[in-house]
Amino acid sequence: MVSGLEVRGVTVKYGPTVAVDNVSLRVEPGTVVGLLGASGSGKSTLLRAIAGLQPLSAGQILWDGEDLAPVKVHKRNFGLVFQDGQLFPTMTVAKNIAYGLGKLPKPEQKARVEEMLELVGLAGYGDRKPTELSGGQAQRVALARSLAPSPRALLLDEPLSALDTALRRRLADDLARILRETHTTGVYVTHDHQEAYTIADYVAVLDEGHLLQLDSPEALRGRPRNKQVAAFLGYRAFVTEAEAHRLGWRGTLGTGEVLGIGPASLQLDSHGFEVDIIDQTLTIDDWEVKVALPDGQTATVSSPSKVDSLSVRVTLVGGAVVPA
Amino acid sequence: MDPRLDRGDGLRQALSWRLGWALAALIPAAFLVLFFAWPAATLVARGFHDGSAWTLDGFRQVFSSRRTWSAIGFTLGSATLSTAVCLLLGLPGAYLLYRCSFPGRDLLRALITVPFVLPTVVVGVAFGSLLRPDGLLGWLNLEGTPVAILAAMVFFNYSVIVRTVGTMWARLDPRLAQAASTLGASPLRALRSVTIPALTPAIVSGASLVFLFSASSYGIVMVLGQSRYRTIETEIWYLTTRLLDLPSAAALSITQLVIVTAALWLSGRAQARMTRALKLQPNVDAERGLTFSRDGAALITTLAVALILLGLPLANLVWRSLHRAGEFTVANYTQLATDGGGSVSVWRALSTSLTTALAATALAVTLGMLVALVASRRPRQQAGRHALATLESLFLLPLGVSAVTVGFGYLITLNRPPLDLRSSIVLIPIAQAIVALPLVVRTLLPTLRAIDPRQLEAAATLGSTPWQVLRRIELPHLGRAVGLAVGFAFATSLGEFGATSFLARPDNPTLPVLIFRLFSRPGSENYGVALAASVVLAGLAGITMAVAERMRPKEVAAW
Repeated sequence: MVSGLEVRGVTVKYGPTVAVDNVSLRVEPGTVVGLLGASGSGKSTLLRAIAGLQPLSAGQILWDGEDLAPVKVHKRNFGLVFQDGQLFPTMTVAKNIAYGLGKLPKPEQKARVEEMLELVGLAGYGDRKPTELSGGQAQRVALARSLAPSPRALLLDEPLSALDTALRRRLADDLARILRETHTTGVYVTHDHQEAYTIADYVAVLDEGHLLQLDSPEALRGRPRNKQVAAFLGYRAFVTEAEAHRLGWRGTLGTGEVLGIGPASLQLDSHGFEVDIIDQTLTIDDWEVKVALPDGQTATVSSPSKVDSLSVRVTLVGGAVVPA
Repeated sequence: MDPRLDRGDGLRQALSWRLGWALAALIPAAFLVLFFAWPAATLVARGFHDGSAWTLDGFRQVFSSRRTWSAIGFTLGSATLSTAVCLLLGLPGAYLLYRCSFPGRDLLRALITVPFVLPTVVVGVAFGSLLRPDGLLGWLNLEGTPVAILAAMVFFNYSVIVRTVGTMWARLDPRLAQAASTLGASPLRALRSVTIPALTPAIVSGASLVFLFSASSYGIVMVLGQSRYRTIETEIWYLTTRLLDLPSAAALSITQLVIVTAALWLSGRAQARMTRALKLQPNVDAERGLTFSRDGAALITTLAVALILLGLPLANLVWRSLHRAGEFTVANYTQLATDGGGSVSVWRALSTSLTTALAATALAVTLGMLVALVASRRPRQQAGRHALATLESLFLLPLGVSAVTVGFGYLITLNRPPLDLRSSIVLIPIAQAIVALPLVVRTLLPTLRAIDPRQLEAAATLGSTPWQVLRRIELPHLGRAVGLAVGFAFATSLGEFGATSFLARPDNPTLPVLIFRLFSRPGSENYGVALAASVVLAGLAGITMAVAERMRPKEVAAW
């Protein structure tokens, strides 16, 4: 018997459109799988299918080997956190969190609500109305509400994407901590690699309804299955072994493999290979210098300050090994 | 150019701009004072003043009579029951027609709104002919019972709940209920604890409208009550026209005013409190196909209401109008042209109705446009905004005050110098315009309010003067709603019975008044002609509204 959540050959159609196409994956108990993809990749649809909100056209969703097809949404005991919280506007924060605790006696409900508020760092907010919360606070409450009934799995649908950048990074760290502390089995939908790497133990890359690759973040970064995955993960230029060595790379590639060059693959090096600068952009962390590789492809290299010349010397220190 | 000259020009322009608006506000305000505030104030004064001294005799007399208390009791009781039944039947209808998608839904939506545009007299006649001892449902023995009145009220108001609640339900984010569901709530619990509370503002607003319309279904009670069941309004009519007891009628009118104002105030407060928390998704795709296990109950309820409660009385009305003494005949229709039973012919009454309704529509739409334009200004100062809010609610006031009060007020006010219009035919269109005005304003105003202020700012930065902004941006927006407003005003005026029944002269009645007379008179000929005339009036009102609805701009909320 397989324990945990299993998605087996699931297809979801909206009329003639195939949103999810024959996807299979497993989520071991206590681990979080990230579903990473651009908008329209079918990641949210797959999540809604797991929750039971979207009928399957083919395939099965199983928990501990049991087919969930006959189990209605409210009997599945899967928590779901929506992109925009969906807190009940007519209830206080405490009432929202207690909503799924119907079977517990009142004093235990109260204790559980307080425990949850503590967990998400909002102790004392129980009497507020959802309208009195900031976006980040509302998402914390939504998380607390979903975790309160101790669901056997937690499904998160881009829970941070409606927040601004700085808050998103901070909350992603908090979220990763909370999920680990509570040993939650989870599925986390996002379009942001950074978020997926921070929160998920395994990441599934989806594109147009197909599952392209499911791996740990490390493996995914080091060895994307094909150029499509690599491109989605930010590897925009692909070079042969000879070309890579010319740029200062020390590694080796197998036959039929190329090296994908991503945002952190090139480093400034005064003894490195000289490339022309196309453009320079200031980001919150550094200057992003766009350079032209010898074969005409473009890549970026990070610089602590603006470069005052037309060219710059770089060394290729890493990259992703991809089948050509 | 000389800068001083330029400044002088600008000043003059700003002054004429303000003067223009002041005038635009003044014309409808003067009309409202003369034809609404003055009669209403006179009526109130008549209740407290017997012509020589201040007195509460009118009240004492009215409230010591058991008739009065039974009328008040019946008004409140029937309106409350009607509201409850409408909610009970209307909520499943709102769900089915605004949350589910299935073939024929749009047609069903359109059909259930037909009763609401029908004149109340026609509604009364339709139920009367269905429940007469020789009628299709005569065996139920419901003729002249409160059940018949209640059924007619629900018939008339069912769509109000379906539309007010439905339009909000359609925009309610479906994920709210899904969130409840993933937390372990059964569909019923999710509905009860999350969806219904979120819909409360619409439910309260719809329910208070139904209560208001039911409490003032004068035409229905006049036709079906057979003077055994009386509401405050029919009692006012009885005291005025039968007993000529004006002080008592005035006291009763004041009572009605107080009840209506209290109901409106309560519902307004409840709505203001509840709307704040709500987050609506304007264009969320919340519709889903029908599943019999889930939607079967709503489907069966709604179809039963549509077929039996709404469809049967109308079909029966048309069917009966084509019969006389059990024989199929078009005699009822051919007789519309002849002066039957010493009375005016239906065609003459119809032409009177059309003329007055046209005049009333012209008045109401012209004034309504002025009010909407003035009320849609966005002054910078707080005081200006307050003044406009007050102005708007003043013009919506006639909605709360029953048409009967308006008619009665005219009767005792405009009958002597300086303004003696009592014998003049112009009183009827004026009264009808007052009744239609709130509808017109409520139709026109949302289109102007919906204009993003940044559009006007964009036009101004592109060099348009305020007049040009008005002419090129705001007026075209207003124009989109004029069709619907004209339809509302015309259909309302055409079927208006409350005020008109006080003001119409016996020898020159409007069609609703004539139908009422014919229907309450004995004789199968009168009865048959009343049915045929009802079909004609219903057809006219129905076609008017069907055409007008096609011109409904999407920002004008439904009711």
